[in-house]
Amino acid sequence: MSVLVNKNTRVVVQGITGNNGTFHSRQCLEYGTNIVAGVTPGKGGQVFDDKVPVFDSVGQAAAETGANASLIFVPPAFAADSILEAVDAGMEVIVCITEGIPTRDMAEVKQLLEKSSSVLIGPNCPGIITPGECKMGIMPGYIHVPGKVGVVSRSGTLTYEAVWQLTVRGHGQSTCIGIGGDPIIGTTHIDAVKLFNADPETEAIILIGEIGGTAEEEAAAYIKDHVNKPVAAFIAGMTAPPGRRMGHAGAIVCGGSGTAEAKIAALKDAGIAVAETPSVIAETLLTVYSG
Amino acid sequence: MNIHEYQAKALFEQYGIPTPKGQIAQNPEEFEDAVNTLSDGTMVVKSQIHAGGRGKGVFTDGFQGGVKVLASKEEALEAGGRMLGNTLVTHQTGPAGRKVGTVYFTEASEIAKEYYLAILLDRATARPVIVASTEGGVEIERVAAESPEKITRVFIDPILGLMPYQARQVALGLGFSGTAFRQAVKIVMALYKLFHETDASLVEINPLILTKEGDVEALDAKMGFDDNALFRHSEIAALRDLNEEDPKEIEASKHSLNYIALDGNIACMVNGAGLAMATMDIIKHYGGNPANFLDVGGGATEEQVTQAFKIILSDPKVEGILVNIFGGIMKCDVIAAGIIGAAKSVHIDVPLVVRLEGTNVDKGKQLLAESGLSITSADSLGDAAEKIVQLVTAS
Repeated sequence: MSVLVNKNTRVVVQGITGNNGTFHSRQCLEYGTNIVAGVTPGKGGQVFDDKVPVFDSVGQAAAETGANASLIFVPPAFAADSILEAVDAGMEVIVCITEGIPTRDMAEVKQLLEKSSSVLIGPNCPGIITPGECKMGIMPGYIHVPGKVGVVSRSGTLTYEAVWQLTVRGHGQSTCIGIGGDPIIGTTHIDAVKLFNADPETEAIILIGEIGGTAEEEAAAYIKDHVNKPVAAFIAGMTAPPGRRMGHAGAIVCGGSGTAEAKIAALKDAGIAVAETPSVIAETLLTVYSG
Repeated sequence: MNIHEYQAKALFEQYGIPTPKGQIAQNPEEFEDAVNTLSDGTMVVKSQIHAGGRGKGVFTDGFQGGVKVLASKEEALEAGGRMLGNTLVTHQTGPAGRKVGTVYFTEASEIAKEYYLAILLDRATARPVIVASTEGGVEIERVAAESPEKITRVFIDPILGLMPYQARQVALGLGFSGTAFRQAVKIVMALYKLFHETDASLVEINPLILTKEGDVEALDAKMGFDDNALFRHSEIAALRDLNEEDPKEIEASKHSLNYIALDGNIACMVNGAGLAMATMDIIKHYGGNPANFLDVGGGATEEQVTQAFKIILSDPKVEGILVNIFGGIMKCDVIAAGIIGAAKSVHIDVPLVVRLEGTNVDKGKQLLAESGLSITSADSLGDAAEKIVQLVTAS
């Protein structure tokens, strides 16, 4: 009951020996994620925490351990290269947590990615979790419980907020995908919605967006025509001043495009229940979904 | 990061994009020399601020126009004197306006026709796009709404780069022919090279002009850069003008805090950008007005929280503070200890509502309750927003 990752996912962590990589790899291992390898060029042959073999390249890691998904904690200047290395090694799912990758690098990555069969999540994202099975990311594992609601969001802590609201109301999640706050990302809202729609175990969807771009509008149009599952949404940034970058590189209203008002109107037009405030996201879903 | 027109034009010059000859002055002693480097006759005097609408702007002392075309050097000198150090208000600056620290004198061009030319990122296709229009000197958003047929768009493969035939498409779309066509193609090619090599997020020429002599040149120049790429462009990073930024925002960036000043009276401190925006929204929903956007990040330390309180409280408009933390990896008791430590070292004389959720939330709330500080605890985001709005309204 999930999309993209599950208990059979074999994870390689790129940048496992760095500060963030080490900290979060331990958290993921503790959660039960099947991390089979780490990669840090030049540190091949080491063993991470007495259990995870470290390799010099993703290709080696895949050949030796059968890894089929990569989690990336590589600094921004080198992250685009790491994503392409994971694509080259045939990783089916690539989750890039790194914040601060130059847009130009991601524009190039995106073109090459479209010619491959890899799915990229992020960058600048909390990652993906299928509760009870596989956590590939930096989200706190314990707030999630297995269940039937799919969650997709551009934000980290705002996603935790929505997930927590579901969990305390007794509703678990099939998979939660933090797609990231950058202007160019791999998996978009519409991609995630398509996955949830096709997943027989996902019964309802929560879509969390924010100002900037038109990805939420595109997802709304798709939902209107193709999705019969109940959907609730929230859009952050009603009060954001135009022309300012609100923390996320992609959260900016330019020339009247990307406003919260336009997104909310498109979502409502598609028959989606839109939460008025961030504290009623789960409640709003429960007005259209009885579980 | 944005830069001034004169800085963008210096980059244009490096890339072979023609602009009218110009010279800046940053104090009155430089005026004479600046003007004397230019030929006699009509001259343009331009206030250098990071905002559009300068021409129609008004200075706070009533002086009209942040950009002026004047018939003589004497008049140009006088106008420059009125602009320098004065505060210019345009539709993009907000009512407070921006102080003019640099005046740019340029030779005047005789305009036969005006055009618009820009390169920016198209998020939907994840590609750079060239936007060109035969309507120059007006806002492109207006042209897009009223006469979209006048706009030519050419999408660029980020790996291939701009192909010459695409530059010709742009020049043809603008209706150029002969010598002007060849000049325009060269300008479009150079502009993309500049955009690509400097990791620009936007380069805009409005207007690009055809002169009465039949030459194509950039009369104005606007550039913005990808902050994430500045690490590989020290020469661009050096162009940052701190006078254009809010001092509180500069201070925040020194402590890796993401702060944006707003007009309201309820400050907020939140972990995560999306939740920070949502917190501003919910303050507004309950009838309050957010004083700022502030993201302290996923792993904020006590030192950062202390700095964040200092920055928030340096804003005289602030009448209340809402702290909203979803403790994930970072535990709530650690965050509570940070808030208590910070609150003790910074004198907080306005109502403070704290909402904690997540790991060790009970321990965190207990610490706050036992701290002896006047902190109102809230159970949910809605509850927190309602409480701070009530407290501020009552005080």
